[in-house]
Amino acid sequence: MDELKKAIRDYVVKEYLEEGDDRQVGEDTPLITGGIVDSFSMVSLKRFLERKYSIQIPDAEATPQAFDTVNGIAALVTKFTKG
Amino acid sequence: MAYSGRARESYQNELANLRSQGLFKEERYIHAPQGAEIEVEFPTGNPPRKVINMCSNNYLGLSSHPEVVAAAHMGLDHRGYGMSSVRFICGTQDIHRELERKLTEFLGTEDTLLFPSCMDANAGVFEAVLSEQDVMIADRLVHASIVDGMRLCKAMQDTFKHSDMGHLEEKLVEHQDKRFRMIITDGVFSMDGDIARLDAIVALAEKHDAMVFVDDSHASGFIGKTGRGTHEHCGVVGRIDIITTTLGKALGGASGGCVSGRRELVELCRQRARPYLFSNTVAPVIVSGALKVLDLISATTERRDKLETNTVYWRKLLTDAGFDIKPGESPIVPVMLYNAKLAQDVARDLFAEGIYVVGFFFPVVAKGQARIRTQLSAAHEKHHLDAAIAAFVKVGKKYGILGLGKNQIIEKYGL
Repeated sequence: MDELKKAIRDYVVKEYLEEGDDRQVGEDTPLITGGIVDSFSMVSLKRFLERKYSIQIPDAEATPQAFDTVNGIAALVTKFTKG
Repeated sequence: MAYSGRARESYQNELANLRSQGLFKEERYIHAPQGAEIEVEFPTGNPPRKVINMCSNNYLGLSSHPEVVAAAHMGLDHRGYGMSSVRFICGTQDIHRELERKLTEFLGTEDTLLFPSCMDANAGVFEAVLSEQDVMIADRLVHASIVDGMRLCKAMQDTFKHSDMGHLEEKLVEHQDKRFRMIITDGVFSMDGDIARLDAIVALAEKHDAMVFVDDSHASGFIGKTGRGTHEHCGVVGRIDIITTTLGKALGGASGGCVSGRRELVELCRQRARPYLFSNTVAPVIVSGALKVLDLISATTERRDKLETNTVYWRKLLTDAGFDIKPGESPIVPVMLYNAKLAQDVARDLFAEGIYVVGFFFPVVAKGQARIRTQLSAAHEKHHLDAAIAAFVKVGKKYGILGLGKNQIIEKYGL
């Protein structure tokens, strides 16, 4: 897992899993459809990415579909990092 | 007419999907006033049968109380059926303001504004008092109406892990650059029945200069020594900036809700909150009934004391029988089954045994957290609860779940 994906995964685990929740989060683990992140709480993830990578993700692109896996989120970050 | 065959087919498919996913909700017709025993027609078309009701929000048993019904009649006779107006045109009667004053006194706040429902209060309050410069930091298990209200507000949204004070403090520190921070929580959480740690929340709010919002719909009238709510239970009366609550549960159970709290915030809701401005005034009959409810529960704590006794008794019965329940003090007592189908099967079998309860599962609760939510009422007598536990034990034995913990139930039935 490259650095970007690891940073995303680490944030998801710290921010969304409760203590004692031992679910494994991999690159393709469904986060939103899998019930780990709800769309209501997703905003903190978007803000984390924007701050850490100095990017702006338009709301129209920050869909629950795009945020459903670590891979999907990494692709989105890469897209906006490249401008 | 432009309701094409294509549109009809598309909507029919959506409904079929809800059915196939087990998410289709069906109403059950009740042929009686609300109470501990009701007559329910289910499935539709069957003759109504008498069951013990363990799933209403009629916490104080006042929904059909003769004095409340009589007061409602008085309201009807003296102030009419409807006002045909929003509040600020020609829809405010003397009794509306009287009820707002009494709610203010009861809740220990500075002022109160009535709304058609607490859903409407939550939908309108955030947009009325917060702007782009502010942040709302909500517990992740707040009620859906709060989520909707937050979405209508331009302030930044954030959340903290359920009742996790460390995580909340991190968020308060993170958002120090904002003009105002508002911590948002339910008083009693409707699905788990646990009580917010308002003493700790208020301490953090005072340390980090934040306001506190509490939806006390599942607490007003019975939580706390004199039933004022979660803020009384936690010893922080007068230190909550906004309380929203409902008249549709313990406080008579008809409808209506309110925003209560700091004078300026309530006044801004009167000026700006859209559900207040653009929907009809609360009907006089409901206002009169609610005034009587406040009189009754201000005069004596008898009903909330009985509810507490029932709650302690029912929690002990379930625990002794070997059910896995969410621990706590509130009259919301979830019996954990984890598996969605198991929750539905157990609820159906309990109905056949004369106990009316409902299974809850994703998306109402998190995946793998399916349950039957039982709710106590001051209208329950000991014999109701004894009959209910006999039925629970019978059905629990059938499914072999008595004495099993979370992992064992999941091992047996899956998630």
